[in-house]
Amino acid sequence: MALLEARDIVAGYGETQILHGVSLVVNEGEIVTIIGPNGCGKSTFMKAVVGLVRVRTGSVTFRGTDITDYPPERVVRTGLCYVPQSANVFPSLSIRENLEMGAFIRGDDARARIDEMFGLFPDLARRPTARAGSLSGGQRQMLALARALMLDPVLLLLDEPSAGLSPAIMGMVFERIREINATGVALLLVEQQAREALQVSDRGYVLSGGENRLEDGGPALLDNPEVARLYLGG
Amino acid sequence: MAGREVTQGWIPAFAGMTRRFGKGLPKGDGVGRGLTAWRAAAERLRGAWSPGYSVAAAVAVLLILGFLPFVKMGLVVNGFVLGAIIATGAIGLTLIYGNLNFANIAHGDYMAMGAYVAFFVVTDLLSAVGIQGQGFGPFTFGYPLLIALPLAAAVVALGAVVLDVAVYRRLRNRKVNAVVMAMASLGLAIAVRGLIQIIWTGEKLQFPRESRQVYHLPMDARIPPDSIFIAGLAVVLVVGVYLLLTRTKIGKAMRATADNPDLARVTGIPTERVIWATWAIGGGLAAIAGILLAVFQAQLLPSMGWEFLIPLFAAVILGGIGNPYGALVGALVIGVSMEVSTQWITPSYKHAVAFIIMIVLLLARPRGLLGRSS
Repeated sequence: MALLEARDIVAGYGETQILHGVSLVVNEGEIVTIIGPNGCGKSTFMKAVVGLVRVRTGSVTFRGTDITDYPPERVVRTGLCYVPQSANVFPSLSIRENLEMGAFIRGDDARARIDEMFGLFPDLARRPTARAGSLSGGQRQMLALARALMLDPVLLLLDEPSAGLSPAIMGMVFERIREINATGVALLLVEQQAREALQVSDRGYVLSGGENRLEDGGPALLDNPEVARLYLGG
Repeated sequence: MAGREVTQGWIPAFAGMTRRFGKGLPKGDGVGRGLTAWRAAAERLRGAWSPGYSVAAAVAVLLILGFLPFVKMGLVVNGFVLGAIIATGAIGLTLIYGNLNFANIAHGDYMAMGAYVAFFVVTDLLSAVGIQGQGFGPFTFGYPLLIALPLAAAVVALGAVVLDVAVYRRLRNRKVNAVVMAMASLGLAIAVRGLIQIIWTGEKLQFPRESRQVYHLPMDARIPPDSIFIAGLAVVLVVGVYLLLTRTKIGKAMRATADNPDLARVTGIPTERVIWATWAIGGGLAAIAGILLAVFQAQLLPSMGWEFLIPLFAAVILGGIGNPYGALVGALVIGVSMEVSTQWITPSYKHAVAFIIMIVLLLARPRGLLGRSS
């Protein structure tokens, strides 16, 4: 059964409509990537799923529950965590405090989970009291991932996890994404780095002008001449 | 936290300078090594800088001011007491600004309301059950005021939350901009002051008091025992707010929400509850600040809070809007400046001093002395 099913999502900001009916499915344990040109609505789609942008028509179903009109703080309780593209850590809080906030809705003591995160991201464990605002781009991205993982999500939504990172750090981020997936977490990515993202993906969607354009397996999309011409730079 | 920003002005600049100067020098050269060591020391200092140091530095600088031959120590001491009252109000104001992103113009009138509620508790409620008194120990006021303090704080805290639900939340849900929010708070400011005048008239009132001897300090400074009480309580409250913000889950959630409300929501932080907590803390602190101001000035007037807005905002802006440690430093600077100015100008103009500092700062450094770099 599909883990996340978005059907004919129409959404936008104010007068402007960005999404004109986008549908997408993520199955359990999958990595799915959305690619497409700038302004095609990739990020808006994610915000609509997590409740930051209101869905005008269409529906979002997660683990069999209709979460279409849930506010963000309720969506996160269903096991779906989201990492925005930029400003995805709390800059004036320390690394440890960021992780504590990630566990805000956990009833138990989060310390054990924080230690697990420090194991997964040893870079963060070195200076747990450092302010997140003082971290490098790569470290911030790791912290944002760790923060989202604090709740043991079933599905993780990552908006451009490689944005603004050097190729080496980017490779590391995709490495982590694969590791996270190996623990059974499904991932939905939005990526500009289409080639790198599709290589780790089970399936991919191409959006264009706020509508579905193509849908295929990750490697198959990479081989698609139209995708190659439009989004992979020839 | 925010105190580290204060170093970003000069220590990195210095580190950059040493790097530039150190560049042309051969490695291992004595001067080069010295510069490297200095740079490392600067880095360490930067890493270890905490908000407490900013506060300590401000206190030290302001105290040194008192030792200058042309400044009366007594006025500096008085300034610290006034600064403590400003800080109690300004910390709440800056927390509300940080979390709700608008200037709460009603904050001064929340202060006045706190003082009047305390007056009601002391003169009506407690005396009706036979609890009354004045001249408690070395202080002019009676012990009933100590009972009234937490009660008034609780009443104003609750009132602030109720007004949020009744007014501000509706506007927030409509996503109005900060100007509309500030105008709404101006309306509430006038309404709250009007309510005070209806209930307690516009006459000057006083907490029941009895004259007390002032304490004599070195350098010809005198301090009334009441001022020691005011400063002591303010210090306890400031430390309390610091512990709340850094040690408790709700306090950290308040800082997180101030940083990025959308991220707070997708992280699962119930931001509406965080906003209520902010109002409750800001309102409670405002009430206590109002009571302390009424004790300091030995009178209650409906306009006391409204007139106190300028020092409050000057302190908030001086410290960098939304930064509670900055507000504390700003409050001490403004308080001492206002009091020391009375050595040369008429005391009734001392609010103008706060105003001038605020204007100059807005023009020269709108981020505030300890402002966030973003």
